[in-house]
This record gives sequence, structure tokens and C-alpha cells, in this order.
Amino acid sequence: MNLAMGAYGFYVWTAVAVFFIVLLIDTLAPLARRRRNLRELRARIARQENRRRPGTPSNHESQP
Amino acid sequence: MANWVPLWLHRLGSPPVFYRFAGAVRPWALGLAIALGAVALYAGLFVAPADYQQGDAYRIIFIHVPSAWMSLFIYGAMTLAAFVGLVWRIKIAETVAMESAPVGAAFTFITLVTGSLWGKPMWGTWWTWDARLTSELVLLFIYLGIVGLYHSFEDRRQGARAACFLVLVGAVNVPIVHFSVNWWNTLHQGSTVRLVGPSHIEASMLWPLLTMMAATKLYYIASLFARVRADLVASEGGKAWVRELLAREDGAA
Repeated sequence: MNLAMGAYGFYVWTAVAVFFIVLLIDTLAPLARRRRNLRELRARIARQENRRRPGTPSNHESQP
Repeated sequence: MANWVPLWLHRLGSPPVFYRFAGAVRPWALGLAIALGAVALYAGLFVAPADYQQGDAYRIIFIHVPSAWMSLFIYGAMTLAAFVGLVWRIKIAETVAMESAPVGAAFTFITLVTGSLWGKPMWGTWWTWDARLTSELVLLFIYLGIVGLYHSFEDRRQGARAACFLVLVGAVNVPIVHFSVNWWNTLHQGSTVRLVGPSHIEASMLWPLLTMMAATKLYYIASLFARVRADLVASEGGKAWVRELLAREDGAA
């Protein structure tokens, strides 16, 4: 296999690496954002529940 | 046209339907994108012959050119969605436009960096203020401006509306990027692959390029759908369908 890419290995493989790193970040970021949004929503719902029925311990709010 | 097509599109305009549809399509689109991308890159990097002038450096084409096509294609799709969102006030269309921008910015960034990596050995410079390069850099700034404007409003809907206008205004740059190599005397080479007429490229180099193009299109669908899902969970947080979703996830966990 032609891994040296003539004298251009540095340029070709850096280009390939940039492509994969950028797209990997682009793939993972929205998955993390969706989970974070769901977690924030869960906390908001727990707060609302708590306000409606004060004194009821909420197992959601103790979560980080 | 059969009337189930507009009916189906109309149903997709409903956020919970789109959320489920996007969730079902995303893994297939991503899987297919990875499979096609692997085949195309293997063929492009190892099977296709070296260029008679540029040697192996030309192999950057298999990343640079599909990314550049995507940087313009995504802007086109985003413009269409923004237009539909503004005219018919369809929320999903606004969300699709807004969540297309980061993917477009990613591909534009890849295009600029890989172009630079190609320019250094072939032109002797990382960067030059040539019409193609400059207009592509402007495209990156427009994408980032859209993302920034969307997130700078307290009210998400208002931010989406304002940023959709910016999308329409910024669309003027797309033909400038595309035709810059014809309109001005640029260091950047003209198009090799043509939609009309014969392409100036060997079949052994062309098919990996076109396969990579299909892979990046599928990747865009996968990334866009993941982003729209994340966006909807936040913007529709007060609605019953998201609460039900949350209850189901809690039940499953």
C-alpha cells in the first residue's frame, strides 16, 4: 500500500485526519446536546412539580 | 402528482412526526455514509492511479471536492428551508435551516483546510487572496454568522426568523463561489467534473469522487437529523409529546 503518497504523505494524511476529526466532532456534538437538553427539561419538570406540591421530596433535583 | 406526497410532507411538518422520522432515518443514513465513504476513500487513496502532474498530492481531491460541493449544496438546502419557513411559517422548516448551518460550516472549514494543504505543495503557498478562496472564506463567515444570530436571541423562534433572513441575503454568495473560477482569473483550477458534457477526469478517479459525494450527502442527512432532534427537545420542551418522550425514556432507563 502506498502509505508514503510519494513525497506528499504529510499533506494527504493531514487532510484525511482533518476530515475525520471535524466530522467526528460534528457527529458527537448533537447527540450530547440532545441528552443535555433532556436532562435540563427533566430538572425543569421536577422544579415545577416541587412548586406545585411543596415539601414533596424530588428524586430528580438531587441529580447533578 | 399523486396526492400522498403533499400529504406526507404536510404530516412531516409536525414536530413529533419529524422527530420520530429523523430518529428512524438517521442510523441508516450514517451507516450507509460510512460504508460508501470507506469504499470511496480506499479506492481514491490506494486504487486510483497517481496524477501525471500532481503525483499523489491530487488524492486530496477525494476529500476536498466533495466537501466543497457540500458547502454549497447545504447552503442551497438551507436557503430552500429558510424560504419555506419564512413564507409559510412552518417551524420545522426554520429548524432544518438553522441546524443545517453548523454542518455547512464544518464542510466549508474542511474545504478551506484541505485546500490549503493541497495549495502548499502545488502552488507553493498555504493561502492566497484569490477569488475562489476568498469567496469560500466569506461563505464560512456567513455560516458562522447564521449560527451566531440564531443563538443570540432569548426567544428561539425570533432568532430563527432573523437568521433565516440572513440565510436568504447570504445566498448571493453561492453563485459567486461557484462561478468565481470563470469570472475572475484565479489560481484555483476550474471545474473538472461537469454535469453537462464530458468530465475531464479518468473513470478510475471519477467513480470514487462520485461515491464520496453520495457519502457526504448521506452524512449531511444523518447530522442534520441528529441536530434537529436535539433542537426540538429544547424548543418543544413545554409540549406534551416531549414530556411523553421523557417519561418513556425514564421508563426504559
